[in-house]
Amino acid sequence: MTPSPTAANAAAADPLGSVDALIEGLGSVGYIASRRIATALFMAAKLQKPILVEGSAGVGKTELALSTAALLGLPLIRMQCYEGLDESKALYEWKYGKQLLYTQILKDRMGEQLADAPDMEAAMDRLHGMGDLFFSEPFLEPRPLMKALREDDGCVLLIDEVDKSDEAFEAFLLEVLSAYQVSVPELGVLKAKTPPLVFLTSNNVRDLGDALKRRCLHLHIPLPEAALEERIVASRVPGIEAKLTRELVGFVQSLRTMDLRKSPSISETVDWARALVLLHADSLQPELVRETLNVILKFEQDIAAIEPQVVELLHRR
Amino acid sequence: MQHTLEQFFRALRASDVRVSPAEAIDASRAAAVVGYADRDLFRDALCATLAKSSDEVARFDAVFETFFARDAARPPASPSRSEEESQSEGGAQDEGPSEADMAAAEGSPLAQAVLQGDVAAIQQSMESAAARAGVSEIRLSTQRSRLTRRLLEEMGLEEIERIIANARRLPGGEGEGLADRLEAARRGLFEQAQAYVARQHDLYAAGSARELREERLARKQLNADGGVDPVDYELMAALVKKMAKRLAAKYSRRRHVAHKGHLDVRKTLRRSLAYGGVPFDIQFKVKKVDKPSIVAICDVSKSVAAAAQFLLTFLYSLNEVVDRLEAFAFSGRLISVNDILDDHGVEQAIFKVLQEIGFQQTDYGRALQDFSEQHLDKLDRRTTVIVLGDGRSNFADPRLDLMKEIHDRSRAVIWLNPEPESYWAQGDSVMYRYARFCHVAKQCGTLEQLERIIDDVLRSYVPH
Repeated sequence: MTPSPTAANAAAADPLGSVDALIEGLGSVGYIASRRIATALFMAAKLQKPILVEGSAGVGKTELALSTAALLGLPLIRMQCYEGLDESKALYEWKYGKQLLYTQILKDRMGEQLADAPDMEAAMDRLHGMGDLFFSEPFLEPRPLMKALREDDGCVLLIDEVDKSDEAFEAFLLEVLSAYQVSVPELGVLKAKTPPLVFLTSNNVRDLGDALKRRCLHLHIPLPEAALEERIVASRVPGIEAKLTRELVGFVQSLRTMDLRKSPSISETVDWARALVLLHADSLQPELVRETLNVILKFEQDIAAIEPQVVELLHRR
Repeated sequence: MQHTLEQFFRALRASDVRVSPAEAIDASRAAAVVGYADRDLFRDALCATLAKSSDEVARFDAVFETFFARDAARPPASPSRSEEESQSEGGAQDEGPSEADMAAAEGSPLAQAVLQGDVAAIQQSMESAAARAGVSEIRLSTQRSRLTRRLLEEMGLEEIERIIANARRLPGGEGEGLADRLEAARRGLFEQAQAYVARQHDLYAAGSARELREERLARKQLNADGGVDPVDYELMAALVKKMAKRLAAKYSRRRHVAHKGHLDVRKTLRRSLAYGGVPFDIQFKVKKVDKPSIVAICDVSKSVAAAAQFLLTFLYSLNEVVDRLEAFAFSGRLISVNDILDDHGVEQAIFKVLQEIGFQQTDYGRALQDFSEQHLDKLDRRTTVIVLGDGRSNFADPRLDLMKEIHDRSRAVIWLNPEPESYWAQGDSVMYRYARFCHVAKQCGTLEQLERIIDDVLRSYVPH
């Protein structure tokens, strides 16, 4: 897991220079990327397009964004989507409380200002001049999307689980994603100086609209093959024995071929590896596997189905 | 290269990967960035810009492999073989075609190319002939032999045939060698053209064949003899699922309306009392939504045997996408099948339901009685009841009184009958008498009809 110094230097110099440099760079921050992942990311950076990452839970969708931010040394702005999320929580909100408080406090001051106005119309004119004060930047509460657009040096914007949001919100995202700008009625159009690198993740709870998909590059992260998974475990769980890694990855891989409600994904494998290291295990014993099965299987039925077969599964390889 | 990319996009569209002009532009830009040297890099870059779901990725990979096949430019085996043959025969003959041969092949560029073993020229001529013959317009596998023939004609096969015939006619068997060589080359060309057309078929027609099958399936009568062909079963299940998912998407969209609201002045003022009249805590209007629920009752008796399996598939898919669905199945008696649908895969669940109560004598009266005795509390003014059945009660008491009670208690009763309306009063059908207590009673014989009706149901009868 120690890249050669020259390669590390090259990666540090420009991780977005080529796909290989990107794989190298992601590896140096602890993310083992397959070629397809790296290529998609590379294209996203080159074409300045958002990237839509799909895959089952725990294959490292969110982790990819975190690692990219770490690699590029950019701030990460994260927005978790949920049902009912709307512009005021995603883009901006006026600080109503502050506005009201200020109007209250300034009431007297306004009275003074207006006291010497000769008639109603003159007072109105003066009020018109003041009105916009309360809808200006100091009263603006930026939410994740606006924050991301206002990062002048660029940033990584992670829009997590976009499939959980409403369709209306999805439509609203279109402007942000295609032009990297938003319109605030009171202020005008805000455009990003440096377009952020945008990751959208989806668990496929519902099908995303075509319009959104069309604006994004698409990356589907599948469950990894054994060799890749072993490398991931080795990089994520320092100090794990190679033999144990091989055994546990093999076991998890064979679990995935079975009909389970929830197949274990990478994060479960890594958790399990951590647990086994904490238990000072150096090889997989049936008893140990049975005791720790709840780390990789998240449903009672799955555990009940696998438990009697543990010995057989361990010997199968 | 741009032209090749365009062709590639067409091939993708044909296998159901949607490529919009915007995506095509992106793909071209991507290709320009990564270049064409590294095949894997090129593929991954195009894949990221073009394929927008995991299904599409799989299809993309398949199309890419076929379209940019590595052996597309393999030299035809026949010319070299014939050359070897001629060499072993004549021994003294030189490597290239003889002057006499070339003279005979005069006027036919194809024959010359074949004799010279010029692979590139043959390939080129095939491509341009294919464009003239419109090979990429292929839609059906039955068009293959005709298009192969046309492709060869466009390439100038007739010329070769003429030269062969001329050579054979030469006195003293002088032209036999040339004729044999050309004959072999012609066979090679034919094979090549066949392979080419087959490849085009895979690229451009495979998708449309599936579409055709799906379309036909959607219109097929469900209670036709034998029901759905087992071959089509998988496709049918996928189709039903797709419909259910589409319906669920529309349906959930409507539920979200509740979250949008305008300023609720009254509430805000009330709250402001706590802050000395300053409206500090802003309240928004929230539209209250009734949580809708659906009760589905499915007939699985003998008379609807063919449709039962399909109706259950639909019930199963609906159960997956609608949160609050109570599902019942009956033939003689009525049971709740919620647990079965929840715990098993679709095929197993259907099998289990049919095993438990399927294919017995129908008794609508009995089933309604079971329902009202045990499950009537599931009905309230927010519930939509969907009955899937033929309304044939074997001359038993239809218990219209219970049907009326169900009608009165629920928000809407919808009856979907696989039989056409003209049968509703014939034989033991009591459909007409039940229909009085239904808000909607419709024939639902095909998948297409079913989707339309369920869409209607969700739109107008599910509260929102």
